[in-house]
Amino acid sequence: MSNFALRVQGVGKEYQIAKVRQHETFVEQISSFVTGPIRRASKLLRGQQTGAAELDDTFWALRDISFDVKVGEVVGIIGKNGAGKSTLLKLLSRITYPSEGRIELFGRMGSLLEVGTGFHQELTGRENVYMNGTILGMTKRDIDLKFDEIVDFAGVHRFIDTPIKHYSSGMQLRLAFAVAANLEPEILIVDEVLAVGDAAFQRKCIGKMNEVANEGRTVLFVSHNLPVVRQLCQRGILLDEGRIVIDSSVETALNTYINSGITGQNGQMLWNDGIADEGVDELSVYAIRLRDDTGEISGTLDYAKPYTVEIEYELHQDIFNFAMGFSLHSDTGELYFYSFDADSFGYEQHRSAGKYITSCEIPGWFLAPGEYNLSVTANIVRVKWLCQLEHVLSFKLHETERFDPLQEVQRPGILSPKLAWHSETYSKVR
Amino acid sequence: MSAVHESYTSPPIQTIIEANSYAKGLNLSELWEYRELLFFFVWRGIKIRYKQTVLGVSWAILQPFTTMVVFSIFFGGIAQIDAEGIPYPVFSASGLVLWTFFSSSLNSIATSITANSNTIKKIYFPRITLPISQMLTLFVDFLLAFVVLLGMILFYQFSNISEVSVALSPNIIFIPFFILLAMTTTLGFGLWLAALNVQFRDVKYATGFIISLWLFITPIIYPTGLISPQWQIVYALNPMVGVIDGFRWALLGYGTPPNLTLLLSFVVSTVLLMSGIWFFNRMEKNFADVV
Repeated sequence: MSNFALRVQGVGKEYQIAKVRQHETFVEQISSFVTGPIRRASKLLRGQQTGAAELDDTFWALRDISFDVKVGEVVGIIGKNGAGKSTLLKLLSRITYPSEGRIELFGRMGSLLEVGTGFHQELTGRENVYMNGTILGMTKRDIDLKFDEIVDFAGVHRFIDTPIKHYSSGMQLRLAFAVAANLEPEILIVDEVLAVGDAAFQRKCIGKMNEVANEGRTVLFVSHNLPVVRQLCQRGILLDEGRIVIDSSVETALNTYINSGITGQNGQMLWNDGIADEGVDELSVYAIRLRDDTGEISGTLDYAKPYTVEIEYELHQDIFNFAMGFSLHSDTGELYFYSFDADSFGYEQHRSAGKYITSCEIPGWFLAPGEYNLSVTANIVRVKWLCQLEHVLSFKLHETERFDPLQEVQRPGILSPKLAWHSETYSKVR
Repeated sequence: MSAVHESYTSPPIQTIIEANSYAKGLNLSELWEYRELLFFFVWRGIKIRYKQTVLGVSWAILQPFTTMVVFSIFFGGIAQIDAEGIPYPVFSASGLVLWTFFSSSLNSIATSITANSNTIKKIYFPRITLPISQMLTLFVDFLLAFVVLLGMILFYQFSNISEVSVALSPNIIFIPFFILLAMTTTLGFGLWLAALNVQFRDVKYATGFIISLWLFITPIIYPTGLISPQWQIVYALNPMVGVIDGFRWALLGYGTPPNLTLLLSFVVSTVLLMSGIWFFNRMEKNFADVV
């Protein structure tokens, strides 16, 4: 018996990019009304995948992907948005098919690409557990055996025979994850499902994933939560632009990933041609900079003095409810916080097209001395992400003064805030 | 632990995913493996079909029998169409019960893939379970309507409401064959529609239109006998002709016993099913990318 769980050989996936044709004139519009259906039909007959849109360009979402996974390995797949992670998982879970190459799977494959698949609002919790479990590949007998455990895990005992349209969204997510977490295929594919629910439930989920990983099951795990990847996986595969950059220990892969984005370490990262996520034409980001309290661009800052994060960008159109901001991470990729300009300017506002420099002051005596990095993130609030440039700028906070100048070691902790203390003497005996 | 535990000790199932390959026929072993999913799809379909309706499952009966009343008044009564030896209401109801199954199944099969696009984009399962389960869901409606139809025939048989006599025929043992033939035709044509609808949403609109035209080239309103003999063969290319005529023959001993026409319908619907499966399999791999 081979001890491979899966083998991927020279796999590639080509997509066609839909371009909607612009019809300049009325005559063109009228004529396209007649010629359009004929053109679309002829494309189909030539074997091209067309919707109503015109298809001209193709691009390879994945190319030349080859790797083997042994039984019992827990592999983290990391990379930027658009690097091809999700496409790879979709190919492995047979949702979509490769344009070239070959994949061999040894054993039953279960995938958690999104929880709650097949949930129907009119059905009760119990009914949805059976429906969803079956879609995920469990047999009715499996579900019978696991049923109590699932309900326990989700904590929805009282409502199990209520239609889930009466559930809160949190309850629905918990139930969905509970079903998925009780899948027992030989190969498990997980994509970002841990990002559901509140912190307590997330901890429970991570615990469950740990359990699964320790049972000797083969797991492929995709997440942006790098500390969880580090915790769960032994091996890491880093993808960039559809190709494997590195396939090694999870430490090496994560470090390569975190450092690969970072090109400007001296306090500035520039994109002269502008940058945004794939397919976004509302926005171009040109630069992110760090300035010290004197206004100098610098990658090494004094933790006791305020410093400024500055983002230079252009909006190509007016946008309602736009938010530009950044997230700040430790040098191992752990997320500390997000901040958006709309936090100050207010949400539900119009932002007109134009070039902007937006900046945010981070106070001194706040983050502890150490190494950090920044990701630029912009979005139309609750509508879509426009730009996620992960770990693009690293910086160092050095220690200039200590709370207690005579203390020999740095005070431990992520933060080192200088807080206001008050005290008064009292004489009365309590 | 049971199922998983067993498969740990036995050699694991091997799956090979390759570019440019697709199943040529119906993968029965895989369908068997996913039989529980098929069952749950049907069960879910039945459960939610009449949720939040006042009349509930009576809709399954109302639809064919209201149409029967209207047809009997206008075609049987006013237009004086001769049902050739049986009361017109029995004639049209016997056709409509099976026709309603055919037309409502086609309608829901045609959108079965697009309506489940979220599931299709998230998880693998044999896509063909969706059209099949849609048809089986509506088959439950058919069974209800069929029971009412039997009651109606018995009522005509034992009351003196009509001067022409009607009786349940012993041919009824052949009924399952004609129902299967109806399913073959429905699924065969439905698979084409479902796969095409992923590419062209025109199909959704075309389906309703095709079905209403199809009604007129099928012996529902009028008996096959009205078609002149030289056109009978062309007429029989419509597989529903053999299905409906055969269904009436089995139920009521009505019309000619199965002959060349039925054979032709049988061949056409088999070809339809086989080509439908072939086309569906061919298109299936792109569903998640296109839908």
